[in-house]
Amino acid sequence: MLVAITAQEPTLESRVDQRFGRARYLIVVDTETGETNVCNNEVNLNAAQGAGIQTAQNIAQLKVEAVVTGHVGPNAFRALSAVGIKVYKASDNTVAEAIDGLNEGKLTSLDCADVEGHWE
Amino acid sequence: MIVAIASGKGGTGKTTVATNLAQVATDQGFKVSYLDCDVEEPNGHIFLKPEIEKTTPVYVPVPVVDESKCTACGKCTEICQYSAIALLGKTVLTFPNLCHGCGGCMLVCPAGAINEAGREVGVVEQGRANGIQFVHGKLRIGEAMSPPLIRAVKKLADLSEVTIVDAPPGTSCPVIQSVRNADYVVLVTEPTPFGLNDLKLAVDMLRVLKLPFGVVVNRADIGDQAVFNYCENESIEVLLQIPDDRRIAEAYSRGHIIARILPECADFFISLMKRVICANLKSKRC
Repeated sequence: MLVAITAQEPTLESRVDQRFGRARYLIVVDTETGETNVCNNEVNLNAAQGAGIQTAQNIAQLKVEAVVTGHVGPNAFRALSAVGIKVYKASDNTVAEAIDGLNEGKLTSLDCADVEGHWE
Repeated sequence: MIVAIASGKGGTGKTTVATNLAQVATDQGFKVSYLDCDVEEPNGHIFLKPEIEKTTPVYVPVPVVDESKCTACGKCTEICQYSAIALLGKTVLTFPNLCHGCGGCMLVCPAGAINEAGREVGVVEQGRANGIQFVHGKLRIGEAMSPPLIRAVKKLADLSEVTIVDAPPGTSCPVIQSVRNADYVVLVTEPTPFGLNDLKLAVDMLRVLKLPFGVVVNRADIGDQAVFNYCENESIEVLLQIPDDRRIAEAYSRGHIIARILPECADFFISLMKRVICANLKSKRC
């Protein structure tokens, strides 16, 4: 399946960005083939508002089935749920570790937003 | 004429200047409206003590999508600058608390699938206080969108000779909305590093807006000379200096109009009225 992971840097060694909407990069991984594709999300980094919604909209266009990130606010969660994208939490991991964790079924999925908007 | 009282820094004395200027101008025979546009925390009523005669809710238009007509073209999401409407797959989601009510999504929808609903952002209250027509806005608690409410407050300015606009602090959208059609802006500051820093921001804003302005220095004998030096170097008129006087602080803390309690304060605001209002109106009453 295709998974989008929020990342601080455009590499698999990067830390998972704990912020969903204002993550600098989205790394899309095909968990079957290991193929990766980096999307720049910097345009949302300085959005006045609605960064989580915009990022969710971008992710929906990437046709992924799941997102791996740190925290998701209520607007972003509502947007992701509307297209049935599952959200998995990865705390202090690299992107590569998060992919392994997901493949091994070690990451927990969220069934609601786990932070308020603008939580940082 | 419309006189807006603004400041970069909060707590410098905007409301003190606005309410006292409104009162002395009324006492000198002008027909005055006072509009409290600091709708996030209006406090002019504490000093003017109006009798509220009318309360009106204010709504912003928010989109409601008719899914049976929506073609999921995404044009609405492209025009929205605030991410208040998003296309997820074939579903359009709206986020009313992010919507600024511009109506752009309704205009661009080729399928006519977007209708307008109202979201209450606050209330406008009108009344009279000591001969002054009084209007203020009260933003709904938790609401972030103040400019539409400020616009509603300003719409209720009658055709008084003098309209005093008490603006919120800062230099952001609510301030721009408050000062934008003023004939003159009074910037209130204090002679401290914070006061100077935020005065510069406010001056930069007013220069972009091309509005004429002058400065009132409150608690003028505290701090340092930097605000005065700045005004001199920038050729900005210092309209009035209000001293740091315990009697003023006490009268303020009791919710009094200081011009009514302390005769020398009445003189301060009469001189301000002459420099700001009379000079513009060329009135014979001054």
